[in-house]
Amino acid sequence: MSGFLLRRTGQAAGVLLGVTLVVFILERLTPGSLAHAILGPRADHQAVRAFDAANGLDHPLPVQYLDYLWHLLHGDLGYSYRLNQSVGSLIASQAPNDLILVGLGFALALAIALPLGIAQAVRRNRAGDQLVTAATLALYSMPSYWLALLLIAALSTGAHLLPPEAGPPGPAGILSDPRGLVLPVLTLTLVNVAWFSRYMRSAAIETLAEDYIRLARAKGLPERLVLSRHVLRNSLLAVVTLLGMSVPMLLTSGLVVEYVFNIPGVGLSYYVAAANADYPVELGITLLVGVATVTGSLLADVAYALLDPRVGTPGAGSPKQP
Amino acid sequence: MIQRFAHHRFGVAGAAVLVLLFAFCFAGPLVDPTNQLQANVAITNMAPSAAHPLGTDANGYDVLGRLMVGGRASLEIGLAVAVLATLFGALWGALAGFSGGAIDALLMRIVDTLLALPAIFVLIYLATVAQPTIWLLIGVISLLSWLGPARLIRGETLSLRSRPYIDAARAMGAPRRWTIVRHLLPNALGTVTVNATFQVADAIVLLATLSFLGFGLAPPAATWGGMLYQGTAYLLDGYWWEVYPAGVMIMVTVIAFNLVGEALRDTLNARTR
Repeated sequence: MSGFLLRRTGQAAGVLLGVTLVVFILERLTPGSLAHAILGPRADHQAVRAFDAANGLDHPLPVQYLDYLWHLLHGDLGYSYRLNQSVGSLIASQAPNDLILVGLGFALALAIALPLGIAQAVRRNRAGDQLVTAATLALYSMPSYWLALLLIAALSTGAHLLPPEAGPPGPAGILSDPRGLVLPVLTLTLVNVAWFSRYMRSAAIETLAEDYIRLARAKGLPERLVLSRHVLRNSLLAVVTLLGMSVPMLLTSGLVVEYVFNIPGVGLSYYVAAANADYPVELGITLLVGVATVTGSLLADVAYALLDPRVGTPGAGSPKQP
Repeated sequence: MIQRFAHHRFGVAGAAVLVLLFAFCFAGPLVDPTNQLQANVAITNMAPSAAHPLGTDANGYDVLGRLMVGGRASLEIGLAVAVLATLFGALWGALAGFSGGAIDALLMRIVDTLLALPAIFVLIYLATVAQPTIWLLIGVISLLSWLGPARLIRGETLSLRSRPYIDAARAMGAPRRWTIVRHLLPNALGTVTVNATFQVADAIVLLATLSFLGFGLAPPAATWGGMLYQGTAYLLDGYWWEVYPAGVMIMVTVIAFNLVGEALRDTLNARTR
């Protein structure tokens, strides 16, 4: 068990190092030199040389990469000359909004998708299941911005029930305008429900075919208990993996939803940075997203190993990674 | 096999929709040629009429004609990405699964690393570094899309490589390359095909998202996502024909590819996703 945890953590560390290398390479793809970007296109040769020397840009690339890692280790994600602010402080000021928005959408989606998936599995291939499957397939095939636009058209410009975008954040952050949060959270919830319930349905179908379910029914356990004690709990194992894998998807839909509803968050900052060619912000956020993804899948695997004693023992293999 | 596929009503419907889509996008402009290159300020934002069945957009382009032209880019990029990413990913995964040991570990850690960076973030960044062209988009989306197939085929290879016919090939002294290309890949073909179908859908969504955010092909090139990007500015003005047709096209295309993929998965009995 501890061997598995150790191996898995080492693996994640290696992948993280790889992520920093990729981001470093992406940084070198930026057009023009950093010195000219900051000092202006007419900066003379001497000024450029002095700037390069001051920022370590005259070192060979491998040394520059180590420099970059050194800065990262000290929490320095880069500096936005456009915003005159460090990327770290920019992200720190906006990350709470993302946590609220994406967290709400995620939690609501789980609360809906888990029972829904089990209900579908129990009534497998009957009319109700097919209807829900069709609906989730449609949602699943819908880009999140398209769903957001439909919701705006229906509930905002159509029925005038809700504002089409979030109001400016007040003292309580984005929570000061709860009405403005309804549509963004609803969009994220629906997108996630489509994904999670499809997964939950197939996990529950697999669980329902197990011998211990037949045993539970044969010994006369009420169906309600069979579902809550055996099917739900065992299908949750599959969901743990899903949670870890869903980080990139959550952040991607977060970016799109923040853009559509104009919610100040890391995603919108990324968009604004991209529109203004503010490379340090883009790369800092990309790196952070990579770290979040790696951490998510590591935590999921660790949780899986803790929950399922078969994992990490000889002959059991590693957790399934579809 | 065709008979088994025909049993899938949704799969058949999806395939029929795809045939219609290709006809619409590639043959449509021949039947109903429209000017999609020069803007015409005299006819901007016109409501649907006999001359323009789906109206015109803010640049005076005929929306119906633009849907056809825009669909071409989506389908071309989607198909090209599916082929390239699947080929490369399959070879990579087969090599990793077949080699095992340190090579396998290294190859798969590279996959994990790239998988940790969500495609849309990298794509947007690259779009700000270089102006996207159709070839650049195919290349970059492929570079970000071969990871799924690589993992899938590695898994498939691990289960296939212990089969007796692989042992037989090896016992007869077949080189590794031969065994992979002639024995492993053909047997993993079902899985590969099914996954490629889903990849077309994924690539189309990715491209549309990029275009929707304003980082897609530069005008006058048309894409569905780009039309949606432009049209949403007029959502509050009631110019519905500039928003909904493009969105519906994206959705229908993606659903159709997903339906065909799911039917193929059942038909070929492939494990995927």
